[in-house]
Amino acid sequence: MTLDKAGVSRRKFLKTSAAAAGAAAGSGVIGAPMIWAQNIRDITLSWTGPSFSVIADIAQKASEDLGFTITTQVMESVNLMPRVVNQPETLEVVDMEYWALAKVWRSGNYQTIDPKKIAEWDNITPILKDGKNFDGTDLTRQGILPYKVLYVDSADSTEFASGTTDIATTVPLIFNADTLGIRPDLIGRPVESYAELFNPEFKGKVALVNVPGTGILDAANAFEALGEITYADKGNMTRDEIDFTINRLIELKRDGQFRAFWVSFDESVNLMASGEVVIQSMWAPAVTAVKARGIPCVYQGMKEGYRAWGDGTGIMKHLSGLKLDAAYEFMNWQLSGWQGGFIGRQGYYSSTPQNARNFMTDNEWGYWYEGKPATEEIVDPYGTVMDQVGAVRDGGSFEDRIGNISVFNTVMDEERYMVQRWNEFISA
Amino acid sequence: MSGRSSGGGTRLVPYLQVAPLALFTIAFVGIPIMTLLALSFWQTDGISIYREFTLENYRELFTSGLTYRLFYTTIKFALITLVATTIIGFTCSYFLVFHVRSLKWQIALLLVCTIPFWTSNVIRMISWIPFLGREGLFNRAIMSMGLTSEPLDFLLYSQFSVVLTYIHLYTLFMIVPIFNSMAKINPNIIEAARDAGASGWQILTTIIIPLSRTGIALGAIFVVTLVMGDFFVARVMSGGQAASVVSAMKNQIDNLFYPQAAAMAILLIVVVALLVSAILRVVDIRSELAK
Repeated sequence: MTLDKAGVSRRKFLKTSAAAAGAAAGSGVIGAPMIWAQNIRDITLSWTGPSFSVIADIAQKASEDLGFTITTQVMESVNLMPRVVNQPETLEVVDMEYWALAKVWRSGNYQTIDPKKIAEWDNITPILKDGKNFDGTDLTRQGILPYKVLYVDSADSTEFASGTTDIATTVPLIFNADTLGIRPDLIGRPVESYAELFNPEFKGKVALVNVPGTGILDAANAFEALGEITYADKGNMTRDEIDFTINRLIELKRDGQFRAFWVSFDESVNLMASGEVVIQSMWAPAVTAVKARGIPCVYQGMKEGYRAWGDGTGIMKHLSGLKLDAAYEFMNWQLSGWQGGFIGRQGYYSSTPQNARNFMTDNEWGYWYEGKPATEEIVDPYGTVMDQVGAVRDGGSFEDRIGNISVFNTVMDEERYMVQRWNEFISA
Repeated sequence: MSGRSSGGGTRLVPYLQVAPLALFTIAFVGIPIMTLLALSFWQTDGISIYREFTLENYRELFTSGLTYRLFYTTIKFALITLVATTIIGFTCSYFLVFHVRSLKWQIALLLVCTIPFWTSNVIRMISWIPFLGREGLFNRAIMSMGLTSEPLDFLLYSQFSVVLTYIHLYTLFMIVPIFNSMAKINPNIIEAARDAGASGWQILTTIIIPLSRTGIALGAIFVVTLVMGDFFVARVMSGGQAASVVSAMKNQIDNLFYPQAAAMAILLIVVVALLVSAILRVVDIRSELAK
């Protein structure tokens, strides 16, 4: 029975993924189907990554479709990085944010990915795969855009390639554009620039995220918007730029501009929902969580652009044989649409949006990707109502949001110095 | 005992008796601290650690104003908390021991003191947030009474709220040891003092406080080490605005700068050890407990 089930679902998977990919690529993925089918039931693949990416429901669906078992370990990037560096043998398939990958790749504990074995590789959005915007121009190079860390020149290289090669580090999976959250009811006027973060009008009602590499970008966007400084690359500041930014932040803190610096998701939700703060760094789901309490909250796109991020799936070096085949199967399944639809209903973008579309209703696709008003209630994968009929996604369509990226989440060359100075700011 | 100790084998007995504790201490305290110490002298490039000796981590630590500020803030928190919990702990114990006559009631009331501790630390901490917030119960109450027109911001996400929470969380660690030493005071001594014409104040300062000092010292060790090692309360209750020594360490660890964090940890251990030995200098707990 299980054999049949695996066979059927594999066929189903091939059907969905074969839409754009050639049959040759498909057969390359499968290898020797008979041997594969006999042993596959015994395979258990461990999948580790951040909570927004590694989701039990997705693992369950993948296990059903693929015929082997995928287990999940949820671990946020700061905890995942040391695991990759120090205990890679405890990991198999790993989803990691690109700024974190930039840091841990040179540990040499990943194995490279052969894009030819990824049936949907060519259908991955050029935003991630080529570092190109929708109109074909280059995306901003500020911060760690996925393209910067997506390719290497050889399988054992600890440096990233300067352009596209046929050896990849990871398979891009999820991405999004972040901005500031605001309380429109408490502000009572339009807000459209990062400069508002340091507007004295909001003294004592501002919060930043206390993750140095992210918090400093929101601050940098604001200082640039205020015309105080222009960074060559705010995603990779020089020591002088770090000093300027932190010194100004310390001044603002002493003047009482900030109410709090949050670390966990729920802290940011409570700060906003309780009215302690009216404008702050925020993750998209936190905005939804505030709205779910019946409190108005907008994920306000700014004219200076979005702070984007992405994550991708990689394989640890020790994987081989059947397990490695299973890992490729799983990565192919991830790109085939079901997972894209699932995370799409949480507001994240899939690296293969056209496949995700097959698993979303017109209403969902219109709301999440096209910036159209909802024609029915917008419901997340767990059945919670996210938005009402007529509501429009903050920031609008996929093109409007992703087309306007100013910087990617980052890790700087001067990171050690930056973290040291950030600590100084937090304790000032 | 002494008659049999001439036999060669029995000399081993005391060593065997301490062996389990010694092995346990070496395995779970000695080795980790030695590892920490070694790590603090190694080099890192932000991901890999190189086993090459360097003093750079300590140089950075001691030349940075940040280190001194962090320790100043943390020690300040510890001392304020210590004073407040001692006063509250002493008062509560005094009441329980000298004003509650029946032993049954003493024990019952001491258990009442522990009721808040039946829930987790985190819950007790978080419950202050809706109370102290800008739109919180307290601010709404004083605004509706007309005492202030603007909400008081300093109540939450401030050093005030951090210290308040420490006091709330750690007072019990003071009450129990003080209660314990006070309960051992022989009532006859107090009666004798009263008969000799001592005032209530004299009895308190010349008899009760000196005889309770073991409890105070034990409680002080608990409170000081708990506050010095905390990062969660400081982070949440200050809204991330106040960094403690350990929260700075956490930021370093999150960014994989382990040797720097190790150097900071070693410094923290030294400072806490100094504080505890200062307490032990004032009160010789060992000889007091032996009495």
